[in-house]
Amino acid sequence: MSGWRTQSGWAVDRNQSLSFTFDGKTIPAMAGDTVASALLASGNRIVGRGFKYHRPRGFWGAGSEEPNGIADVQGTQHRPNVQMTLEPATEGLRLRSINGHPTAEHDRMAFLDRFARFIPAAFYYKTFMLPDWHLFEPRIRAMAGLGRLDPAAQGFGPSAPVNATCDVLVVGAGPAGLAAARAEAKAGRKVILCDEGALPGGSLLFRPARINGQEGRDWAAAVVGELRALGVRVLSRTTAFGRYDHGLTGLAEAQANGAAPRIWRIRATETILAAGAIERSLPFANNDLPGVMSAEAGLHYLSRFGVAVGRRVVIATTNGSAYDTARALHEVGAVVTLLDLRGGAEAGKHPFRVITGQPIETALGRRQVEAVRLASGERLDADTVLVSGGHTPSVHLYSQAQGKLRWDDGVQAFLPGAPVAGLRVIGAAAGVYDLARILPGQGVEAAAHGGTLALWPRPRAKGRIWLDLQNDVTAKDVELAHRENLTSVEHLKRYTTLGMANDQGKTSNLPGLALMAELTGRSIPETGTTTYRPPFTPVPLASFAGLRSGQLMNPVRRLPLEAEHRADGALFREYGGWLRPAWYGTGGETAEVQREARAARQGVGLFDGSPLGKIEVIGPDAAKFLDFIYYNTMSTLKPGRCRYGFVLTEGGAVFDDGVLVRLEENRFVVSCSSSHVQGMALLLEEWRQDSFDRSRVVIHDTTANYATLTVTGPKSRDLLQAVGFGTLDDLPHMALSYGQFEGDEVRITRVSFTGDRSYELSIRADRALGLWRRLKDAGRAFDAVLLGGEALMILRAEKGYIVVGKDTDGRTRPMDLGVRGPFEKRKGEYLGRRSLHLPAVAAQARDLVGLESLTPLPLPAGAHVVETVAGKRRSRGFVTTSHYSPNLNRPIAMGLLEGGNTRMGEIVTLYHLGHEVQARVAPVCALDPEGRLLDA
Amino acid sequence: MTRHYSALSVIKEGLNGQKGWAPAWRSPKPAKQYDVVIIGGGGQGLATAYYLAKTHGVKRVAVIERGWLGGGNTGRNTTAIRSNYYYPESTALYDLSLRLYETLGRELNYNIMLSQRGMMQIVSSPGEMEMAARQVNAMQINGVEARLMDRSEVQRRVPIFNFAPDARYPVYGAIYQERAGVARHDAVAWGYARAADALGVDILQQCEVQEFLTEGGRCVGVATSKGEIRAERVGMAVAGSSGVLAAKAGFRLPITSYTLQACVSEPVKPIFDTVLVSPMTGTYVSQSDKGEMVIGGGLDRVPSYGQRGNLPQLETVLSGLLEMFPVFRQLRLLRQWGGTVDVTPDSSPIFGESPLPGLYLNGGWGTGGFKAIPAGGTVFAHILATGGHHEISRPFDLNRFRTGHLLDEAAGAGIAH
Amino acid sequence: MQLFPCPFCGPRPETEFHFGGDAGNTRPDAAASDSDWTNYLFFKHNRKGPTREIWMHLTCREVFLMARDTVSHEVSATEALGGEA
Repeated sequence: MSGWRTQSGWAVDRNQSLSFTFDGKTIPAMAGDTVASALLASGNRIVGRGFKYHRPRGFWGAGSEEPNGIADVQGTQHRPNVQMTLEPATEGLRLRSINGHPTAEHDRMAFLDRFARFIPAAFYYKTFMLPDWHLFEPRIRAMAGLGRLDPAAQGFGPSAPVNATCDVLVVGAGPAGLAAARAEAKAGRKVILCDEGALPGGSLLFRPARINGQEGRDWAAAVVGELRALGVRVLSRTTAFGRYDHGLTGLAEAQANGAAPRIWRIRATETILAAGAIERSLPFANNDLPGVMSAEAGLHYLSRFGVAVGRRVVIATTNGSAYDTARALHEVGAVVTLLDLRGGAEAGKHPFRVITGQPIETALGRRQVEAVRLASGERLDADTVLVSGGHTPSVHLYSQAQGKLRWDDGVQAFLPGAPVAGLRVIGAAAGVYDLARILPGQGVEAAAHGGTLALWPRPRAKGRIWLDLQNDVTAKDVELAHRENLTSVEHLKRYTTLGMANDQGKTSNLPGLALMAELTGRSIPETGTTTYRPPFTPVPLASFAGLRSGQLMNPVRRLPLEAEHRADGALFREYGGWLRPAWYGTGGETAEVQREARAARQGVGLFDGSPLGKIEVIGPDAAKFLDFIYYNTMSTLKPGRCRYGFVLTEGGAVFDDGVLVRLEENRFVVSCSSSHVQGMALLLEEWRQDSFDRSRVVIHDTTANYATLTVTGPKSRDLLQAVGFGTLDDLPHMALSYGQFEGDEVRITRVSFTGDRSYELSIRADRALGLWRRLKDAGRAFDAVLLGGEALMILRAEKGYIVVGKDTDGRTRPMDLGVRGPFEKRKGEYLGRRSLHLPAVAAQARDLVGLESLTPLPLPAGAHVVETVAGKRRSRGFVTTSHYSPNLNRPIAMGLLEGGNTRMGEIVTLYHLGHEVQARVAPVCALDPEGRLLDA
Repeated sequence: MTRHYSALSVIKEGLNGQKGWAPAWRSPKPAKQYDVVIIGGGGQGLATAYYLAKTHGVKRVAVIERGWLGGGNTGRNTTAIRSNYYYPESTALYDLSLRLYETLGRELNYNIMLSQRGMMQIVSSPGEMEMAARQVNAMQINGVEARLMDRSEVQRRVPIFNFAPDARYPVYGAIYQERAGVARHDAVAWGYARAADALGVDILQQCEVQEFLTEGGRCVGVATSKGEIRAERVGMAVAGSSGVLAAKAGFRLPITSYTLQACVSEPVKPIFDTVLVSPMTGTYVSQSDKGEMVIGGGLDRVPSYGQRGNLPQLETVLSGLLEMFPVFRQLRLLRQWGGTVDVTPDSSPIFGESPLPGLYLNGGWGTGGFKAIPAGGTVFAHILATGGHHEISRPFDLNRFRTGHLLDEAAGAGIAH
Repeated sequence: MQLFPCPFCGPRPETEFHFGGDAGNTRPDAAASDSDWTNYLFFKHNRKGPTREIWMHLTCREVFLMARDTVSHEVSATEALGGEA
């Protein structure tokens, strides 16, 4: 037992006790405790195991820099790898340490440390090659990793991100940040202040200080009160995790009830970075023993939680900050010896023993620290060793804002160099550690930090000096990297894994860098700086996902008549981003789809084609513009008529097909595929603005304004007449008419995607339901059937009509689809024309053909037509579409085939998933090649 | 000095305090003249140097690297290795690469930790299943092992995937390539560097090319921050700098540079043992040997040389990931970063002589250069040794952007890569 | 998240924009050689640093010219193509 509870500690409520479990052991705590403070108070030293050597590890710090004190929080909401220094102690919390087999206290893998000499940094690159890495990998993987996921438990719940703007964002609510926020708010600026801690105050929460006669902590609380009165938004438990382009700062604000921290995307005119600094360790052998801690953390636990971390305490420091810790521990009765490594004349001036200029050579102890031996040889018994090797400013956001760091010898750290527009760094983050300098003229009484002595790991030191506690990296590993000439910062990091753990090297990067500098005879800045990749501390993945999950992720587009289709028993599938009926009824996909496709050709089919593109092109140059856009000449189309055509990419591939309707002389409707509406609208706009007089042609996408209801089949005209659209006798195929339905105009185009007589009725989307119901009601007399998308696919395939993207690929040109006229004869310029004349086009030519199965079974879609050339199979094409046709009572298929048109009637071999089947090349249109059904 | 790597030598050095290891490579002074100079000390450049020395016996080879070897996309990618390509030309290249990877650790005497844990591409609709069959058939015809999985097999293999009835993207099946997997990216660069160095290749780090030296319209070397270096042939394999060097050499390339982001979660114990990609969400993921989920997605939408991450793409990628793996809602993001990738119009690489005679290209890998390192090095070494194309590299000549013979895998099979 | 100043709508998030290519990449006329045509179609400046590009703001559908830096991502100017706005 080493840690103990004193009578101090302002953050804990002694009247409210609670308990939680750690590795199955019940730990008493008080309200206000963190898990770490409660564990320390009850004398628990070993709280984890090193991941590689399984050495016992205790807490190092008290905040987000903690490398050792990590555990899984178990329960219905499971959280792996939680830093116990940040986790509030709550009743019933269940924690399990990491890397302990079975517990941190008793780890049967601890023997690994005895083999440490054989498993230095990067040893895995040098071995496990014979016979094969696969043999070793599962074991190595099982050893690595920190905590566990629990597939049976919940993770973080969703939280909606927030966008915000302000004049000034202040990151860090320590003394510097509070003062800056107050000054900015008083100057009338809109300020947001955030801090990763639960309470504002930063170092004032644990370091003794008086400001204008007030206790530091009270001053902080008072300033926050002032800030709130001034309208400042104060976000606690909120970490500024990253700085992004154009002045964006990302914040993560902790939420209650298991929700993920909320992402704030803040754009501030100015960001003030007051994120403080993190204490570093000191290099001596066995500096990883439980009981070796940050001096600042020792003070933190004592003043905040009333937990003295030890009874016999040696404190070693390279700067003045540790004197606060020494005094405080001495005052509660601990036996304190302070080693001031700077030398100087402090010895004898303090109520505790001060030794100057004598660094620790080694810590002694087996499961926790028991003593230290100094360079002088003197042995000091101690149950706790608190160290301060100086502070490393948290300049992450400055660096991410493309700021260039500069080395400062005085504080032995990288500080912000040249200013970055919109970002100011202040306080400890800028290397200013003394409160009197941070709050000038405010009557500050606080100990001075003073300069920092450079005391870095040295080459060839005795024993194991630990740099990265979480990744188990020692000074010897850095020396090994140097020996093997992996001397750049990036190589050092990657080779030894220094700084790559969850703590991102907050305490370890700089000592490693300094040692490499020493080894290579360069200065630290010459050796390089570390990179600071976001996030500053780990942020749940769920925070970034926000509300984007389930139905809110890439939301499907929905039909105005969806509810009606559901009531009619439709099964829905997503087609090109739209949720559409795939078929109706409960008889199973195959039976229902076959039923629909058969019935539609016998009577009449009703299909909701609302997603069909309806992009209007309007203006005196509209015809000229569309001549350029389409592969086919469109200006010769007469008003009131429709024409089928292709639109190509500039590279010459088929981008979309569809019907163009000329409503009036200067007004067209581009009926593009439902999945291509966005792309087509974009393409039209780009070319309109690039190459045409914008005052003479405009684009207007009306797709969502209209519902389009398709009536197809031999009885379609009769049905429309029954509904009240007249005889439609004078409306030929590919022509336009108008009707009225309950006072609304209905645009009627006679176009067909089934090969049967068909009409497309476009009506205001909000009035479509009435028309659809009328069609269904009147349709009963004509054996009308509701058609889902799958049946429509069969109907169009029977006719050999294509679906772009299914029957075409990115190399398909219109000639491959049998449309050569414009390529050979058209005079004017059009999109993609020149590309059709590149040498590759002829070489890559294929033909869309029909493929007949020689058996009663449909051919496999996706099968390739193969030929054997020099003993090797070669693909000559593939099956793009395959169905069983209920109207032909046989399978039908289409495919792209090299030289297909010259091979009619030939038997070809198809390859599909290891099997071969035969097929006969046939015309692409299998049903009614004469087109009689169109007018039947 | 211990040079050979083996379990025995690690034990021997363990007894010796690890003090006898030889440097992995030298830090030589540049010579005035080389047979071949390769600009770019990433995986492609280092592999090329290795095969030049090993296969072609070229004596004087230098690799010039502006920063630190392996510091570009080789050290920033998500380490997936696969050869699930559609066109035979692509298959020839990428499957050669996979086959070379399979023995690379032993060949280089450096454990690159090739982990052939399979790669699964989720299929989310019946229509996509047909496209998936088209893809798998093409692979099998081209001699690459691949198969279709149905939903239940996907469920057995990746039980933590989202099979909920109301999942945004239902699982109909998957394309699975058994031999695909991941390798340790740094080890690939370092392994090639060490092996090339052992064969006498000079690796010149922190040496930046300032301009090309030309004589009679032919490239005869480079002026660098460490002086002029002349060579019979100069190769460049500089992802993220192709445009810049092309401009110095006086030509344009069919390349646009974009940021490709990646990120890792904090490490956890093994829970997921394949590589999985969903074209619907655009997210792919594997779990590293250290336990981190290594996560990637599509390109950023803004052309950039920024080499840094941002939020919009990260949010898209992670929302896709969590939709696929609800249990990952327990995980936290550890690091995000970006690399600059050189994207060609058909997303296939470029090999061959550049418009400046004497200067040869290996580039335009887009997001897929890492998996192609051994094959890219092999064919580029052939090109630099002989001045002519390797059989495999010929279809990837720059000239295809004049003739229109593009090799667009997305066009063929709908795979984003 | 970058902010691009649409000449018509003001600063908007990058996700609302579509990249249209290098400014000044004029479409060759009908008689273009293979080389001229493929230069237009495939070959890029791909400048590192300051560059001028064509972008479309997807929400207002206006195409405009943007001068920006491909490394720092600083946008120096945007300009409507037709001189409007």
